[in-house]
Amino acid sequence: MTDILTVLGIESSCDDTAAGVVRGQPGRVGEILSNVVWDQSQLHGAFGGVVPEIAARAHAEKLDLAVEAALREAGLGLADVDAIAVTAGPGLIGGVLSGVMCAKGLAAGTGKPLLAVNHLAGHALTPRLTDAVAFPYLLLLVSGGHCQFLRVEDWDRFTRLGGTIDDAPGEAFDKTAKLLGLGYPGGPLVEAEAVSGDPARFSLPRPLLDRDGCDMSFSGLKTALKRQRDALVTPEGGLHRADRADLCAGFQRAVVEVLAEKSRRALAAAGPVSAFAVAGGVAANGSIRAALEDIAGAAGTTLVSPPLKLCTDNGAMIAWAGLEALAAGHVSDPGFVARPRWPLDHRAAPMIGSGKKGAKA
Amino acid sequence: MHSRLVLASEVETRHLAKAMLPHLKPGDCLLLEGPVGAGKSAFARALIQQQMAQDGTVEDVPSPTFTLVQNYETSRGPFCHADLYRLSDSTELIELDFPDVFESAICLIEWPARLGSLKPERHLLVTLDIRAEPEMRNITLRTFGQGWEWVQELEAATQFPTNVA
Repeated sequence: MTDILTVLGIESSCDDTAAGVVRGQPGRVGEILSNVVWDQSQLHGAFGGVVPEIAARAHAEKLDLAVEAALREAGLGLADVDAIAVTAGPGLIGGVLSGVMCAKGLAAGTGKPLLAVNHLAGHALTPRLTDAVAFPYLLLLVSGGHCQFLRVEDWDRFTRLGGTIDDAPGEAFDKTAKLLGLGYPGGPLVEAEAVSGDPARFSLPRPLLDRDGCDMSFSGLKTALKRQRDALVTPEGGLHRADRADLCAGFQRAVVEVLAEKSRRALAAAGPVSAFAVAGGVAANGSIRAALEDIAGAAGTTLVSPPLKLCTDNGAMIAWAGLEALAAGHVSDPGFVARPRWPLDHRAAPMIGSGKKGAKA
Repeated sequence: MHSRLVLASEVETRHLAKAMLPHLKPGDCLLLEGPVGAGKSAFARALIQQQMAQDGTVEDVPSPTFTLVQNYETSRGPFCHADLYRLSDSTELIELDFPDVFESAICLIEWPARLGSLKPERHLLVTLDIRAEPEMRNITLRTFGQGWEWVQELEAATQFPTNVA
């Protein structure tokens, strides 16, 4: 019988500065006492992209305030938490370092144990925080920067079944939106535009669909879309609204079909699993979600999809991953270092960049 | 000096990368220009993967759009693959180890206009664009500064249609 644990989590590996506090025990739905995320996407939509908090200083200036806010919202002091968890990678090294330094400082000042958490493990274990999903389960992590299938076997055991060999789907949505003059973030805008479009009008490729396995490619789709756009713009001197909607619908259908077919194969390859979980910002897309629900149903399992604010970068997921580690009796060596690269599955050959598998080989 | 090559496919892009690779050394900077979807990342990935194949190493070469910079240690020296699109001003470059990295690594820089005054005078400008014909793209190589004489030899090495102006 594991004790109820309370863990503070700190996340600063990319654009967001975040801190959260969770309480609970593995195997039961956790309680999120606070989840403070300070991001900048709303401020910088005009740029057609998030202006990242690349400066270590910018994260460092906000981190202690985020921790303070998270503790205040949780109604706790530092003395009340059992451990401090922090993203130690992978990510932008400046941001990761700021978080690690902040966590080490807090641990040194309070004597609390430290937990170095892999950012991807935070995403991968979120379905246990929100839905107490039992091991093993299949996870599709699909976001702006990531796209991979993971068989989650334990808090520290993940098998990568496949992933993108170039761009992530979120990036493809953002760049499609940019090509079509739709603004940022691209996902919701392309989805809204696709509603009135005809997905069958343009023939866009389904990269790697004809290939065995669970690897995916989205970079070529973006180039095909650009060709189609240019073919429409050249004679007309511009893009008609209806054309744009049809392009969005065609693009979205291509992404949906690739994700659906590869999910079907991943479920077959994963063997018996307790659920098919999807995490990451792209899971907010209604068409993608519907397709994945069908695939899960056909495979005799259910789709578990945490709420969007727990699918994107946040501190609560880092706290939960730390909580699972702590409950298993694990504490990190206080001398751990930030790691800009940190694959979850050390046994699998990397899917991207393995010599035989060029983007279109 | 500039060369314009017409490449018919990504396979040919990889052949070009293979021909360029033996000439590259730390301190060389390739600025990759072209619109979204032109193949900038594919070209950079081809170079890095070619080097890894020679080294017998296997590592991910993901898109640098979200991480801004991806660094690779190779037998030829470090590679720095950067996508500067999301940067708002060049002061942020200091945090990413620019301009020091220009001295120490083989740099492959997408959206190089963001470099502003940090742009190195000596560089190879690679301009990519897709053509209307399926799979076809233009790659234009323009050299700035000394030490790029080998670029002219690429015509023979690649066996692709090349115009040297």
